[in-house]
Amino acid sequence: MAASERLICIGIESTADNLGVGVAASDGAILANEVSTHVPEEGGIHPREAARHHSEQMGNVISRALETVDIKAQEIGLVAFSQGPGLGPCLRTGATAARALSAYLRVPLVGVNHCVAHIEIGRLATGLQDPLTLYVSGGNTIVTGFEAGRYRVFGETLDIAVGNCLDTFAREAGLPYPGGPAVEKLALEGERLIPLPYVVKGMDLSFSGLLTAAVQELKGGDSSLEDICYSLQEVAYCMLGEVTERALAHTKKGELLLTGGVAANRRLRSIIASIAEEHRAVAEFVPIRLATDNGAMIAWTGVIAYLSGVRTPIEASHIDSRWRLDAVEVPWRA
Amino acid sequence: MEGLRLVAKGAEADLWLDPDWNGVRALLKRRGEKKYRNPALDREIRRSRTIREASIIHRAKEAGVPTPVIYQVDLESATIVMEFVDGDRVRDIVDSLEENERRSLFRLIGVMAGRLHGAGIVHGDLTTSNIIRTPDRIVFIDFGLSEVSRETEKRGVDLNLMQRMLTSTHFRHTGELFAAFQEGYRSALGAEAGEALERMEEIARRGRYVERE
Repeated sequence: MAASERLICIGIESTADNLGVGVAASDGAILANEVSTHVPEEGGIHPREAARHHSEQMGNVISRALETVDIKAQEIGLVAFSQGPGLGPCLRTGATAARALSAYLRVPLVGVNHCVAHIEIGRLATGLQDPLTLYVSGGNTIVTGFEAGRYRVFGETLDIAVGNCLDTFAREAGLPYPGGPAVEKLALEGERLIPLPYVVKGMDLSFSGLLTAAVQELKGGDSSLEDICYSLQEVAYCMLGEVTERALAHTKKGELLLTGGVAANRRLRSIIASIAEEHRAVAEFVPIRLATDNGAMIAWTGVIAYLSGVRTPIEASHIDSRWRLDAVEVPWRA
Repeated sequence: MEGLRLVAKGAEADLWLDPDWNGVRALLKRRGEKKYRNPALDREIRRSRTIREASIIHRAKEAGVPTPVIYQVDLESATIVMEFVDGDRVRDIVDSLEENERRSLFRLIGVMAGRLHGAGIVHGDLTTSNIIRTPDRIVFIDFGLSEVSRETEKRGVDLNLMQRMLTSTHFRHTGELFAAFQEGYRSALGAEAGEALERMEEIARRGRYVERE
């Protein structure tokens, strides 16, 4: 491929319950972004069940993505996949499909870190250059910013992710899936703040005690479900606000990016906007289709990684379910 | 606040310099209201952290860790009036120090951290932004998230934050600085130091970047 040619990449995302296939081009165009979500019949995500869903749907979702853009498979110059962190069985399904696709199309393969992809698609979608990023989802709660070649982690959860806390609470309360929006809706009608554990340790957070206390209040207390939802949200999001604000003051960055599935929450958005205003920073929220787990972010990150020399030969394409964000070299921003 | 000069706008509090507070130069640390927080939650957080900070600053001194002298505490406005410590934040000077100086500084920081832990105090925000170097001593500041505790877990969290700070901000000298810190920490805390450092490692491993339900 000549350097001036437009590189088109197909990306596969399969870290958790979403199977996503996206197509992105080197000029920054997102050409396709198809998602199929595994919805458990009961309980949380079972890795094996989710992986089975992904393998059953893989062909469909890839076809849908290619049909949307009306490109021929031969026009694809690169295959990217989410190599970690995530659920092992789910990641392996995506990696297997990516290897097969790369071999079949005879194009290079690039393994992408899922957390890096969230940040990169956020930068692409919002136009922010060097934001402090709050990435909040069902599996991750991270405050990160770029310093000296990597995305450094300034704060993170010490136990469960904030989205996990909300989802699990919602499930205990018999609320419909997904839990976050259901809790948000009920919280609007709550008004009494019930004391719940507010746990910030430096720039790190803990949500497990908050979840336990909220569930106890639900089972044994005399508070209304609306008040519990309100209090749970207030405490959880104010904790996020506090560590984000602290990291913003510490890094002195002028931009703030909110991404991940929990970024859809209006209350959290208002908190982030308020913090940005206070510190004269620009806040942007990643559009929800690109903020939740998706294939386009993998495709786009694959493109920029490939163009700065990153390659993942088959023998190095094994997944890493605990691949840390700050372990990834980011040559495209060097 | 007239006559006062805003010296730092932190995430949690604003610092004002009063050149003549009853005849002395004083620093006013005021935990301002956070517009985004529920008012009841906001009041409780500001109030409890002001009380805790003031009492722990005093307790640290008793343990031999230099901290600012407290002149006055006003809970209504969540303000602590204290000694103005003239010096540099360690965060800002690390890279400009000679290797030997850098090492002895971090050994001393380790000693002080060991004394704090030995006195049953965990700092809660043990970063190089919260340590000031003056010509003759180092002063620990910002005890806003401190707790009275002897739990290994909490000590481990303190150490983990320091180590992470060295990794994220002082990445040029991470290993060297942390080795010096550890040496000082062990010398001050004795037998309990090993346990806390082991817990720190465990906490670092626990930090989960894993998608799971």
